[in-house]
Amino acid sequence: MNRTRTLLGGLVILALLGSLPLLALTVPGVLPGYTYEPGTLQLLALCWLTAALALSYHLLFGVAGLMSFGHALYFAAGIYGLAIVLDRTDVPLLPAAALVLVGGIALAFLVGAVSLRVTGISFAMVTLAFAQAGNVLVRRDQGDVTGGEEGLALATGGVPDALVGVVNTRNLYWLALVVLVVVYLVVLWIERTRAGHMAAAVRENEVRVRIIGGRPYLTKLVVFVLAASLATVVGMAYLLLQSGASPATSTADFTLTLLVMVVLGGVGSRWGAVVGAVLYTLLDQRLAELAHSAAVAGLPAVLRIPLSEPMFLLGTCFILVVVFLPGGLAGAARRLADRQERRDERAPEAATA
Amino acid sequence: MNTLILLLATGLGLGGLYFLVASGLSLIYGLMGVLNFAHGSFLTLGAFVGLAAANTVGADTWPGLALGLVVGSLTGAAAAALTELGLIRPLYDRHIEQVLVTVGLSLASVALFEGIWGPNPRNVTRTDWLGSTTDVLGASVPNTAFLNVLAGAAVLGGIVAFLKFTRYGLIIRAGVENRAMVTALGIDVRRAFTVVFAVGGAAAGLGGVLATQSLNYVSPHMGASLLIFAFIVTVIGGMGSLPGAAVASVVVAVLQQLANYYLNNTGDVIVVLLLALVLLVRPSGLMGRPA
Amino acid sequence: MRPRQARPPEDQASPAVLEVRALAARIAGQEVVHDVSFEVPATGVTAMLGRNGVGKTSTLKAVLGLVERTGEVLLDGVRVDAERTDRIVRRGVGYVPEDREVFAGLTVAENLRLAERRERGTADEGAAERRALVDDLFPELVRRAGQRAGTLSGGQQQMVSLARALLNENRILLVDEPTKGLAPKIVGEVAEALATAAQTVPILLVEQNLQVVERLAERVIVIDAGRVVHTGPAGELLGDPDAVQRLLGVSTTSTTEAEVTR
Repeated sequence: MNRTRTLLGGLVILALLGSLPLLALTVPGVLPGYTYEPGTLQLLALCWLTAALALSYHLLFGVAGLMSFGHALYFAAGIYGLAIVLDRTDVPLLPAAALVLVGGIALAFLVGAVSLRVTGISFAMVTLAFAQAGNVLVRRDQGDVTGGEEGLALATGGVPDALVGVVNTRNLYWLALVVLVVVYLVVLWIERTRAGHMAAAVRENEVRVRIIGGRPYLTKLVVFVLAASLATVVGMAYLLLQSGASPATSTADFTLTLLVMVVLGGVGSRWGAVVGAVLYTLLDQRLAELAHSAAVAGLPAVLRIPLSEPMFLLGTCFILVVVFLPGGLAGAARRLADRQERRDERAPEAATA
Repeated sequence: MNTLILLLATGLGLGGLYFLVASGLSLIYGLMGVLNFAHGSFLTLGAFVGLAAANTVGADTWPGLALGLVVGSLTGAAAAALTELGLIRPLYDRHIEQVLVTVGLSLASVALFEGIWGPNPRNVTRTDWLGSTTDVLGASVPNTAFLNVLAGAAVLGGIVAFLKFTRYGLIIRAGVENRAMVTALGIDVRRAFTVVFAVGGAAAGLGGVLATQSLNYVSPHMGASLLIFAFIVTVIGGMGSLPGAAVASVVVAVLQQLANYYLNNTGDVIVVLLLALVLLVRPSGLMGRPA
Repeated sequence: MRPRQARPPEDQASPAVLEVRALAARIAGQEVVHDVSFEVPATGVTAMLGRNGVGKTSTLKAVLGLVERTGEVLLDGVRVDAERTDRIVRRGVGYVPEDREVFAGLTVAENLRLAERRERGTADEGAAERRALVDDLFPELVRRAGQRAGTLSGGQQQMVSLARALLNENRILLVDEPTKGLAPKIVGEVAEALATAAQTVPILLVEQNLQVVERLAERVIVIDAGRVVHTGPAGELLGDPDAVQRLLGVSTTSTTEAEVTR
């Protein structure tokens, strides 16, 4: 009964979100305009893609317990891979995307195979190092392929017209929403299957898994490659949305922001990852605007300087959540729900007393 | 031949810098199991504050530089100690949360530095000697390299002496091996944690000021870029092993210089490959304890 | 320095130096000790017996707070279970862990120096006496003071571990399988050292070697599956081969362990 309710609820939400470009809703202070306007749709589409990316990280960190600091590498691989293929060849969008996906899987397999030889902190370090190497390669711009520091613009030759141009932002919005739904379903499916259970078991107690005949290394590798592939797919959609690739997406900092999102939302929770990502993206935008507003400019330096740096506020916010709200938003929500349940249980007793 | 000597010399100098940052990371992880992402910020803060102090006297003078080094170390130590007391200690034994908190701190602090000092690198003034080179067997070695090697060696010696001759040093050496047993001997290790953080922070702050001399600029991001290499060095050398960190610092830095010159600027990539190789062959690092 | 307390007469009315009530402990999420309650009198040796894996070591660790635990722990009648491990130890608990756990990278002298608890602003006469006792009991360690503890033999490491506990003024010693894996001659020396120590400080001794238990212990506590299943005088249990077989799964007539040298 509960499952059907969740499914119906999900479909309703999906229908609502899908119809936003056709409606004139707005949330003043949060959204820059009305939901049919390209600017707002661009922001929302960014939210959905970030949420999809956060979900892929949730699979890695929340489900399999693999704290990778290099997840951005596969995201960037999707962005830059597709950008380069479209730029350098005449291959149309779909075959190019397939090609890049295969490349992303291969990259993830190689890096994962090496990185998973170690665990815990060493694993985090290795993934960080590999991502850093990727970042360097991108910025160094060997053979003038990646566009270096300035990034690479989207070569629209092979892209269908419906996905190009500001006037088609709503199509890109729907694409982003579809990507989010697909990624969500994939993650959900993985979590429900044996592989997911195995991954969770490995996270809890690797030794026990080995004793019962499981293969922790293989399980972890599979999850790693899956999570990375999802990130690559999101990256490709991101390229289309942003019409270009920039090196900022391949930095260690970027993976750290993913970590922030997942922790904010609550590690181990799917919807926590989504909410964390959306919240983060919106906050990032709003704080950036706040930072440059006249109101802040008028403050004394002691307040103005921290407030004019969105990352400072986000970082501080993150610290506060980690220290005071373990389990993030999902954890807090669960505690509230539990408390409500207990109150409901007690109420009828009190009535009969 | 000249080039080789130059590369080796600059590699050694860079190795000195890496060691200054990695020493703290290694000790902190070895004793506390905490991966300190904020370590780069101790370096950056030390650099900015140290330089400001040096400028009061004149950063192009030796007394100025000396003051800068001292103030930089003290700043790093203070920042580290405050971090440990305020953020790490309250999260005792929750290692993941401790790492996350340092991540948050690193993001927030870099943003704060950008806010205070602007995002762009700033020039520094150096003493004449540090701005020039010395001829060594035909190679023109930048004098900053000598200073860095000296500093790295001095810090290595200082920390080893501290570990060997003081009670805190004894506690730390034992704690790196077996923290629970140290507690079971009636010793409150938490103070040792703060000490380790402070020592690491001091080395990082010192490294920050020295880095400004080598790189000839100061920027809010300099800590972060050095930190990544420091992490790699720590993993390769073996977490918790100071000699391991020293050896790895030199190996990594020299390799980087050689690869950058002879292999078309691929130093960073080569370092990552070295990390991968070491992990494949010896996951606990060159001198780390097998897990 | 705490004034020497008059040693109470050895009888059942001896106040307990250590009392444990409803102790439960978890390791890696699994409960391994369930509802354990016992007392350790303020004199003599109390042996904790049981088969492998029943939770004896975990019980000792739980007393010290080295593992996640619930329940009450009272030292000299004062509840200490809310305190951190190092605080409990500083109240006067000496711990000799299973597998010795000496610090391999430190020298023998450093291992001992680390273990010496120094109360701030107190006189040192007791310390010098205890130092002399330790040097007397373990001349090997004096000879090897500068040697890295990791290069010592198992028996020598055990001596370091014991010496660590004996250097301090303790209200009780918790000793976990000190003769494990040691050659018979060393077993004898360890038992001798424990007997000497037991003259001045009560010992809770986890031990599998029944001859050592017979030599040293007045009372026994038997643990099975994380619970106390028997307490009583040592002689009574050890003199009953059926009970020994039932509770410990071994036969007292087995001569696989050599006689403890007296």
